[in-house]
Amino acid sequence: MNRFSYLRASSVSEAVEAVAGDPAARFIAGGTNLVDLMKYDVERPGRLVDITRLPLNGIEKTPGGGVKIGALVPNSDLAYDDRIRRDYPLLSSAILAGASAQLRNAATTGGNLLQRTRCYYFYDVGTPCNKREPGSGCSAIGGETRIHAILGASDSCIATHPSDMCVALSALEAVVHVQGPRGDRTIPFADFHRLPGDQPEKDNTLEHGEMVTAVELPAPRFGRHHTYLKLRDRLSYAFALVSVAAAIELDGDNIGKARVALGGVAHKPWRDADAEASLKGVLPSSSAFADFADRLLSGARGQGENDFKIELARRAIVRALGQAASGTPQVQSVKQVN
Amino acid sequence: MSNVHPYVGRAQPRVDGPLKVSGLARYSAEFAADDLVYAAAVPSTIAKGRIVRIDASAAQSAPGVVEILTHENRPNMPAEDEPYKADMVAVPGGPFRPLRDDRIWFSGQPAALVIADTHENARHAATLVKVEYEALTPEVDVSNARDRAYDPPEKRNGIPPPPPPRGDAEATFKGSVIRLEEEYRVSAEHHNPMELQATTVEWDDGRLVIHNKTQGVNNPKNYVCSVFGLDPEAVQVSTPFVGGAFGMALRPHYDLTLAVMAALKLKRSVRLVLTRGQMYTMGWRPDTLQTVALSAGEDGRLTSVRHEVIQATSQFEDYQEPTVNWSGLVYDCPNVTLGHKLAKVDTSTPSDMRAPGATLGMFALETAMDELSYKLKLDPLELRLKNYAEADQNDGKPFSSKELKAAYETGAERFRWSKRSPEPRSMKEGRELVGYGMATGCWEAMMQPHGASAALTADGRLEVACGTADIGTGTYTILTQIGADAFSMPIEEVTALVGDTRLPMAPVEGGSWAAASAGNAVRLACAALKEELVKRARGLDDSPLANASVDHVVFRDGRIALASDENVAVSYAKLLGAAEGGRIEAMAKFAPDKEFAEKFSSYTHSAVFAEVRVDEELGVVRVERIVSAIAAGKILNLATARSQILGGVVMGIGMALHEETKWDKRLGRIVNANLGEYHVPAHADVKNIDVIFVDEEDDANPLGVKGLGEIGIVGAAAAIGNAVFHATGRRVRHLPITIDKLL
Repeated sequence: MNRFSYLRASSVSEAVEAVAGDPAARFIAGGTNLVDLMKYDVERPGRLVDITRLPLNGIEKTPGGGVKIGALVPNSDLAYDDRIRRDYPLLSSAILAGASAQLRNAATTGGNLLQRTRCYYFYDVGTPCNKREPGSGCSAIGGETRIHAILGASDSCIATHPSDMCVALSALEAVVHVQGPRGDRTIPFADFHRLPGDQPEKDNTLEHGEMVTAVELPAPRFGRHHTYLKLRDRLSYAFALVSVAAAIELDGDNIGKARVALGGVAHKPWRDADAEASLKGVLPSSSAFADFADRLLSGARGQGENDFKIELARRAIVRALGQAASGTPQVQSVKQVN
Repeated sequence: MSNVHPYVGRAQPRVDGPLKVSGLARYSAEFAADDLVYAAAVPSTIAKGRIVRIDASAAQSAPGVVEILTHENRPNMPAEDEPYKADMVAVPGGPFRPLRDDRIWFSGQPAALVIADTHENARHAATLVKVEYEALTPEVDVSNARDRAYDPPEKRNGIPPPPPPRGDAEATFKGSVIRLEEEYRVSAEHHNPMELQATTVEWDDGRLVIHNKTQGVNNPKNYVCSVFGLDPEAVQVSTPFVGGAFGMALRPHYDLTLAVMAALKLKRSVRLVLTRGQMYTMGWRPDTLQTVALSAGEDGRLTSVRHEVIQATSQFEDYQEPTVNWSGLVYDCPNVTLGHKLAKVDTSTPSDMRAPGATLGMFALETAMDELSYKLKLDPLELRLKNYAEADQNDGKPFSSKELKAAYETGAERFRWSKRSPEPRSMKEGRELVGYGMATGCWEAMMQPHGASAALTADGRLEVACGTADIGTGTYTILTQIGADAFSMPIEEVTALVGDTRLPMAPVEGGSWAAASAGNAVRLACAALKEELVKRARGLDDSPLANASVDHVVFRDGRIALASDENVAVSYAKLLGAAEGGRIEAMAKFAPDKEFAEKFSSYTHSAVFAEVRVDEELGVVRVERIVSAIAAGKILNLATARSQILGGVVMGIGMALHEETKWDKRLGRIVNANLGEYHVPAHADVKNIDVIFVDEEDDANPLGVKGLGEIGIVGAAAAIGNAVFHATGRRVRHLPITIDKLL
């Protein structure tokens, strides 16, 4: 860990100004990822701007019938919030599928979005990594790739985004509120994270100094027809090999609207609007879900060791859509997959 | 107050529990010293090659840096290997010596040591040391080194090599109709104890008090005295608590060598705590390729057993553990061939890890036995019973005791094994396939010479002591129980001491020998103390016990009284008042009974039953329940004994389903050297574990104890793998059984 200075910000604008004016500065909230990365010498901020005292920890109704979640709401509070459990159970479920109770207590809503990849090589400063040191090369390609991407990867980077919560936010079409040195803006969730391309050092579309202030969800619409299904190398406390957030709106017996986001497979939660549209008007069935899975995974490419994730994703999508269609979402405390 | 019921045999809570949960138990990285400086090791980023240049200038000028040691400027060290072999559990070959020269043997090897005024400054400066390497292509995969496998030229001391062949396994196998030959592999594992490897050296004007994470304080003491030429009188090793070790703290590691090197050079106190990542640079359960060939007659009796292993070791040492011997021991068979070869890889030397050898070998044997049971269409338990060994055919001796049959029976009944339907894929619960599997476990019941002392102290308490270690297993507690029973004292009035070189001599704590060895030593010390007390009582002026002997008196309620008339007594207080220093102490030495050992073989056994649920479509395996029935002689403490078995079974679940040290094969670097990506079972992976201790009388030592640290893990992984086969019809012969292997 390097030496750094520390500032406790007393307002959002003070925090934004402090970070925007210093390329080596970073915001810190729960610190559950940043502090780890500092210990590994992966992140070497010259200055930490502590935003934990800022008044960004409310969960408020919006005029449109949605909800606005402050960036500092702890993951645990969000998962167990009465309104979130009632109106956005998919979000609650996805949060509870991740990390441990202790980490969820410390981790914040905004911080969750900004988690960095768990790529083995990104964490190992003894190896080249384009995400850590642009231009140094990707050690994962041709290496150990069990936890790596099967979709949207590039020749520069095959890392995945590790969040569970973001997979649900993607399916729920959240909007991210940001305040930066040039004012406020909102970013649709699909545009928040990015694919690695030839700039894998950029996980998302934030500019330096921009701070996530809130995450907004549109009015609830899926009732019980949702699920978060996570498959991993042990039954708890492991990052997803593959996860699926699925939500369906039924129109009579047929599917009206479907949203499916995948975790653990790409540099961002993976969705395909065209594939989702193809489910409209379709009668829920395993074969229809399998066709959809093929479509969603049409561009999938394994790296060797992780080839199995393509088939695993296919099966997980079918199972998850079945759970969503039948209104029997996976309960995270139950380890048997229903 | 006296204790009518003995403490031994009870579920006695840990005597050190309150210290541990309140943070008062002090571990090696927690000892303070005046003027303490902090060290950090700089890990090499290559796995094989040489250091070309070290640029420490940036580190040197970093805040707080006191010294930077490399192979170029380190103090003189003995050039030959011999002094570094002062290690009770040494391995043939040349022991690793940190900062010896420019050669890199394994990834993460310390290339430099930074010493600074604070832990943080040392860590930071360590990241600034620039090391330039000339890298060679490493080989870390034992399966690629298989063609270079060799017979170990020198056998490892204390590890029995495979016994010579008996009968003709090869010819019998060739002539058999019912037979199988398969290769089994268990991925490399690391111990991953909670406590990091650490050493604090307190420098006191040339005298060293060393707190080193170790499973036996005498081992690091002997080592540093030998390597640094120190006067044993001027070195004390004191490690009262160890936060888990599982075998990794048996041998002296480079934290010890480097911390002492720095303390001697700087003439001040030094602490070195390794990082979690550096915990993967020392000691691991070796990757093994095992071949098991079995043949049997129509009646289910084994006609031949062949078991061969190629086991990974480092380039510089020939590490060996008893992997295949079990296959000549557990079942009755006239034709047996066992072989153990090594293959060198560019890693650190493997080390003993919970039930070393047995865990791996019994996984292969017990999986093969399960495969054979299906070929024979015989219940797997029935197959074991048909081939039950009544004597040790490796050594040609009867067993000192073997209640494995009782373990099979009790375990099967508790598990309701009879509900198993024989066909694979024939049991289902909802969406999931259900599988029942079982396996046998075995571990040698060993003992080692141990010294112990027992003392009455001025406050009337009993203090028992032995230089062994309590690595979390419950040694403190059982020694306290034994002392309390010897003097019929409330357990609260007894103190046990372990983990200090000032205490009576004991070897490292390992191999499950500590309970039997230290326990019997303390028992003897208590007997000796009784003799001493009676002698002193007899010698008092006008002693009421002038003619008494130990056989005629009882020790109770703070006094020695005539058994025939307890009103005739001498109080401990009186004896202590007359004693020099207000303390009366006696010593004793326990040694295993050699004559007995020549006549009998002593082993612990287990019968492990597992139920798994498999979501076949998604490859998800859940271990629903495990019954582990143990035959291990006398159980000293039902609570700590049960915990040992629970822990072993949990590690067995990890071996079966989760644990795998992954190397990048191009770089020779471990990619999951942390507890996030190296998966040990989480709570969710562990459901019901039922531990049964069957009655077993054993005469190998007066306490009748056989030891429990290892046996819980042996057989557990095979039972789970066998259950997965029963559920799915898929045989996974390469552990761990991860999702991808079942898709």
